[in-house]
Amino acid sequence: MSNVIALDGLSVGSKDTLTKAMESEGCSSSACGSSDAPEDMDPATWEKVKDHPCYSEEAHHYFARMHVAVAPACNIQCNYCNRKYDCANESRPGVVSERLTPDQAARKVIAVANEIPQLSVLGIAGPGDSAYDWRKTRETFKLVQEQLPDIKLCLSTNGLALPDHVDDLLDMNIDHVTLTINMIDPQVGTKIYPWIFYDRKRRHGLEASQILHERQMQSLDLLHERGILVKVNSVMIPGINDEHLLEVNKEVKKRGAFLHNIMPLISAPEHGTVFGLEGQRGPTAAELKKLQDACAGGANLMKHCRQCRADAVGLLGEDRGQEFTMDLVPDEVTYDPAKRDTYREWVAKEREDRRAAAAEAKAETEAAVAETAEAMLVAVATKGGGRINQHFGHATEFQIFEVDAEGVRFVTHRRCDNYCVGGYGEEDKLELVIKTLEGIDTILCAKIGDCPREDLEAAGIEAIQDYAYEYIETAVSAVYRAKRGLPVAETA
Amino acid sequence: MALTIVQSNCTVCGACEFECPNAAIAFTGETYIIDPELCTECKGHYDLPQCAEVCPVPETCIPA
Repeated sequence: MSNVIALDGLSVGSKDTLTKAMESEGCSSSACGSSDAPEDMDPATWEKVKDHPCYSEEAHHYFARMHVAVAPACNIQCNYCNRKYDCANESRPGVVSERLTPDQAARKVIAVANEIPQLSVLGIAGPGDSAYDWRKTRETFKLVQEQLPDIKLCLSTNGLALPDHVDDLLDMNIDHVTLTINMIDPQVGTKIYPWIFYDRKRRHGLEASQILHERQMQSLDLLHERGILVKVNSVMIPGINDEHLLEVNKEVKKRGAFLHNIMPLISAPEHGTVFGLEGQRGPTAAELKKLQDACAGGANLMKHCRQCRADAVGLLGEDRGQEFTMDLVPDEVTYDPAKRDTYREWVAKEREDRRAAAAEAKAETEAAVAETAEAMLVAVATKGGGRINQHFGHATEFQIFEVDAEGVRFVTHRRCDNYCVGGYGEEDKLELVIKTLEGIDTILCAKIGDCPREDLEAAGIEAIQDYAYEYIETAVSAVYRAKRGLPVAETA
Repeated sequence: MALTIVQSNCTVCGACEFECPNAAIAFTGETYIIDPELCTECKGHYDLPQCAEVCPVPETCIPA
């Protein structure tokens, strides 16, 4: 199959071979499209986010991030965090298998950049707080920046210590910071934070939450004033801050947050967290969606977050961290920019083509369906690159797109276990996948076996492989037109 | 007069090393240990021993 590109194992030859490898009938014109910012973003902001997979949904199809765990110390205690937890099989924030010195971390980043050309972002996100033991975070960033000046540096923090380091952020050209803000009412905070360590003392209860709240708001204001983009992460905890997050959303928008990412609490007794042991549950997918919908009009919501591990490596839906543990990283590594440069050149062109193809598909759909045509949810199996390029049985998650007369929009992703193990599928796993796909009309994948296709059909989901390797927007629009199109306006 | 770290409780986060005003806490390659010669329990610096104040695990930085 000449038109297959496996982004996860990309071996880069030249721009031409890349394009050949990815070529499809999605966009036939070579000069189509523009690289302008999307309509709702000013060009300066777009320039900052266009290669950051966590800040741009579009970028997450093309670019990868990596996290290094260099700053394990923390200055607050959260009820959803257990500092003793450490497991390679867990995938969730704060979990990490090895802690690195700044020097080790810098070597690891170079090793990854040499192997994964999609790498565009280095984040420091825990365990611990990246702005608390700032010496380690700063040293890591400095070492990496010396060798990889074009990588985006990014940190995630609770904000308590951040106001002290804002000038350093500017010096290092850091233009993305994530603040975890779970409340703007300290009374709510008392149920989430048992204590903080601030100004030489451990502080409990309302005092702790009051200080934390003030410092978080100060962080947000300082970062916004200095033109640093802020993503606010909030953990949705049913019965504690779920309704309150609507207020948080309004407040952080008012203070200039670029994006708000509401994440479900992950809680189980075996995690050993206070919430886990108390039996505090996380929200259901429906509860989360309801809250996200209710936030419409407030700060823009991030919907493509995968709640990745604190040492994740790769595109957002994948984690290749186990390929880059310290024992596999050589003592000396030299950065070779060839692969990344080639990849970036190719992405710039590919993005233009994809955008043009999406615009074309949108126009065709507008002409072919009634304005009032019912919306449809389509699941897509993709390995990245904005294309339908994954075998149904190899998918560990599906990206969900909503389509109506106005166009195609990314809604969320849904995780599932690998259905296909060692070449043959397992029936009970397929049942799980079908459950995961509840409410989905059609699934698009590069290939699917007859058995799973029939089972899906019996569950009311049509599986289509005819659009293999095409752009997601092109394929989803075509399916929509075929199913909802006006009879007289049939399109090819 | 010094504190000691209960090794079986320690998460090796290093917050204590960061806060110690006497540079009495060092990483040994596997764990953090307090040098009893250097530790003053923060007397003369702060009201309370900083390592015990910041440590995330209860009963881990305790009197030796």
